[in-house]
Amino acid sequence: MEPIIPGVVDLSRLQFAITALYHFMFVPLTLGLTFMLAAMETVYVVTGRQIYKDMTLFWGKLFGINFALGVATGITMEFEFGTNWSMYSRFFGDMFGTPLAIEGLMAFFMESTFVGLMFFGWDRLNRHTHLAITWLVALGSNLSALWILVANASMNLPQGAHFDPATMRMQFDSIVAVIFNPDAQAKFVHTSVAGYVSAAMLVMGISSFYLLRGQHRQFAARSFRMAALFGIISTVAVITLGDVLGRMVYEHQPTKIAAIEGLWHTTKPPFEPWVAFALPDDAKQENHFEIGVPFVVTPLVTHSFFTPITGMHELEEQAAPHIRSGIEAVTALKAWRDGGSADDLARFNAHKADMGYGFLAARHAPHNDVSSIPASKIEQVIVETEPDILPNVFVTFWSFRIMVFLSLLFFGLFAFASWASLKNRLERNRLLLKLCLWSIPLPILATEFGWITAEAGRQPWTVFNLLPTFLSASTHSFSYMVFSLAGFAILYSAFIAAELFLMFKYARLGPEDHTTHAGLAKPHNGDQFASVPAE
Amino acid sequence: MDSYALLKFFWAGILCVLLIGVGIMVGMDMGVGTLLRFVGRNDGERRTALNIIGPHWDGNQVWFILGGGAIFAAFPTLYATSFSVFYVVMIALLFSMILRPVAFEYRSKVDNRVWKASWDWVFLISGFLPMFIYGAAFGNVLEGVGYHFDWTGQYHQDQSFLLYLINPFAILCGILAVALSVYQGGTMLMLRAEEPIYGRARRYATLAGWISAALFALGGFWIRHTVGYVLNAGGDPGMVADPLHGQHVIRVSGGWLTHYANYPVLWIVPLAGIVCMITGPVFLRADRPTLAWWTGAGAWTATISAVGIAMFPFFMPCSTRPDESLTIWNSSASAYGLTCMLVVAAVFVPLILTYTSWCFYIMRGKVRTADVTHDSHSY
Repeated sequence: MEPIIPGVVDLSRLQFAITALYHFMFVPLTLGLTFMLAAMETVYVVTGRQIYKDMTLFWGKLFGINFALGVATGITMEFEFGTNWSMYSRFFGDMFGTPLAIEGLMAFFMESTFVGLMFFGWDRLNRHTHLAITWLVALGSNLSALWILVANASMNLPQGAHFDPATMRMQFDSIVAVIFNPDAQAKFVHTSVAGYVSAAMLVMGISSFYLLRGQHRQFAARSFRMAALFGIISTVAVITLGDVLGRMVYEHQPTKIAAIEGLWHTTKPPFEPWVAFALPDDAKQENHFEIGVPFVVTPLVTHSFFTPITGMHELEEQAAPHIRSGIEAVTALKAWRDGGSADDLARFNAHKADMGYGFLAARHAPHNDVSSIPASKIEQVIVETEPDILPNVFVTFWSFRIMVFLSLLFFGLFAFASWASLKNRLERNRLLLKLCLWSIPLPILATEFGWITAEAGRQPWTVFNLLPTFLSASTHSFSYMVFSLAGFAILYSAFIAAELFLMFKYARLGPEDHTTHAGLAKPHNGDQFASVPAE
Repeated sequence: MDSYALLKFFWAGILCVLLIGVGIMVGMDMGVGTLLRFVGRNDGERRTALNIIGPHWDGNQVWFILGGGAIFAAFPTLYATSFSVFYVVMIALLFSMILRPVAFEYRSKVDNRVWKASWDWVFLISGFLPMFIYGAAFGNVLEGVGYHFDWTGQYHQDQSFLLYLINPFAILCGILAVALSVYQGGTMLMLRAEEPIYGRARRYATLAGWISAALFALGGFWIRHTVGYVLNAGGDPGMVADPLHGQHVIRVSGGWLTHYANYPVLWIVPLAGIVCMITGPVFLRADRPTLAWWTGAGAWTATISAVGIAMFPFFMPCSTRPDESLTIWNSSASAYGLTCMLVVAAVFVPLILTYTSWCFYIMRGKVRTADVTHDSHSY
């Protein structure tokens, strides 16, 4: 290892966080809207009623505006691992690149090819074929999410691979273990369903806008009802799967769960409170202004009443022997790779399981080289490394809480909205309609905080317990990073401005302007559904 | 050869196919983007040109994405090292690439001259620049790249990015790629457009065809005198995939033509390229755009294959420490990973080719300006 420039790693992390979070502003809507479009079009094909085709076309337009940015920002993600995380990409390429390549072959190609036909093929395909195409786009986008989350799960819970000292890479052993990674399964459903919530909220919110203005009432009421029902089902699913995922984290990532729940000390069940509010202090390693709900945290996390959850102080203490053994492992590995003997390899193999902790200690070693730590300094390095095993507790704790509180809010909102819609009491509840309208960005916000919980909580690792983040980055100069970050900042700001402008413009224009083809032009201000008899 | 060596070889072949796919399909769309401001003199004409590739650009672009994904999965060391070493260039490529999807979707959604004119420039940049960089990357790799590895497998850069930007041979390769893409885009426009776009596209495509033939030939002569890389010892195909150990590489003037000298039959490949590039414009003159499209595809296939043969088994030769050059044999993923993906590719690549062709078949026929301006779903 050559010395690492800390600022470059931080900027690489910042760039990745910005580009990934930005990408995921558009993905949830794609995941959800494709399914909603497919559902609308199915109703159209089955009933033959024009209004459902109009719905498909209008919401499809908004989908298209959003989809373009999802695709564009996705290109960044595909290349950023190579451009900015060289060590990670090399070390974990088998495990991470394979799902990504399969995603391209199986899902993304299908989605991208058929999305063109979905938009351009209305006049060239018969109704059933077009419907099949729309379903394939929905299937493709969701399969795509599946493979991406399989890849992400491997970083959180690496399984199906072993480390090979001869290549310095994780060698792939079992695709079954990778696909059926429990973390991947729960994460896929949790994340894609979160996308459905976002799409449902968008459709419901914009429909509310029309209802508030008394425009396109038939169209809006129908869209609203579909979205509200889709939303309530999805919200229930997202919360259920969130619970499953939390349990998964508890089993496999003790540091993450302790940080999420703000547990500095091992819990004492069954009384132990769930910390609903606190200001975690990472420097002093304690919580300020803690407000807890007694008896809740143990069953919530462990699904039992008497299992203690290990606290962060205890996790730090438990890490010490691993760090010591890890330093041995990395020292032996380096000696062997630099032309050492079979003894070095045997010494490495004896300590192999703790290799990641040895890499982690490199930050406190002279020249980031653990083999050069003098024997007298080893204990000091271990003590310095101990707190490094924890993620940023404040960020993890609060991003998790924002996500959870928001999802509870969505549950209430969708439940109320479904009830009002089914009872035909929508237009009387102007407050509800306003709430729906203003809630449009919230599910996307909740999804972003979900990602922050997952990824910030995984720190200090890129590959959990195996490869630390600060070693994973490419060895760029500071100026390279400033160049790319500035470029992303400019481009992405321009994109979001254009996207919002167009979304607002087309949402305000409403359905009538976009659903007609040549020769069927309708007046701009008239409500084309005003003449449709009410049900 | 053992099975691991065969797997590596197969994947190098698949990578070659993907790179050809990028050239033909993405190059075609980017050629249309480059030509947009020249073949369309007013908004209606430009929209017609855009809508010719409108239903296909997104699917075509996946060749590029999949190329990246396949390198990542099959040759992780190559992915990690090359993308990082070419950082500034890769970021420029990314910036121009991500502008394109947005340009397609947004350009015609606001009826404002400045808005549309700006996006038309974006099409020019996002068509020209990525193709130029794509070609220049081949040029730079042929000349060798400065980097070395430390014991962990992490790369360290030994040369400034400026060297890659002002390398004359790379510039030649970049222009060649742009010419091939303009040719392909022009023929596509001819297939689906009527006059006056048709005639203009024919003029530009013909010119691009001649330029590409001239540059390809010039590049061939140039390569005789540049320094190539030759595996001198070790580098066994079945070797452990570790670039730090196990091979000795020497730099030889004209070394890239070693395989052609040893097996003269291989000259068929670059010759086929020249034949395609020369017959293409002739077909255009004869108003046979379909034939011309396929000779364009042939030109890409031959060009990339000719480079592949010259460099075999090198991916990215290292100029500062030649022994650490990345080859097919030392930068690959594990045998298990390659096998898995081979199975997936064997199932899905034929499927992809089938439904892509079907989509082109469904959308066949001329695109008329009147239809485009009246269809609210068009670009």
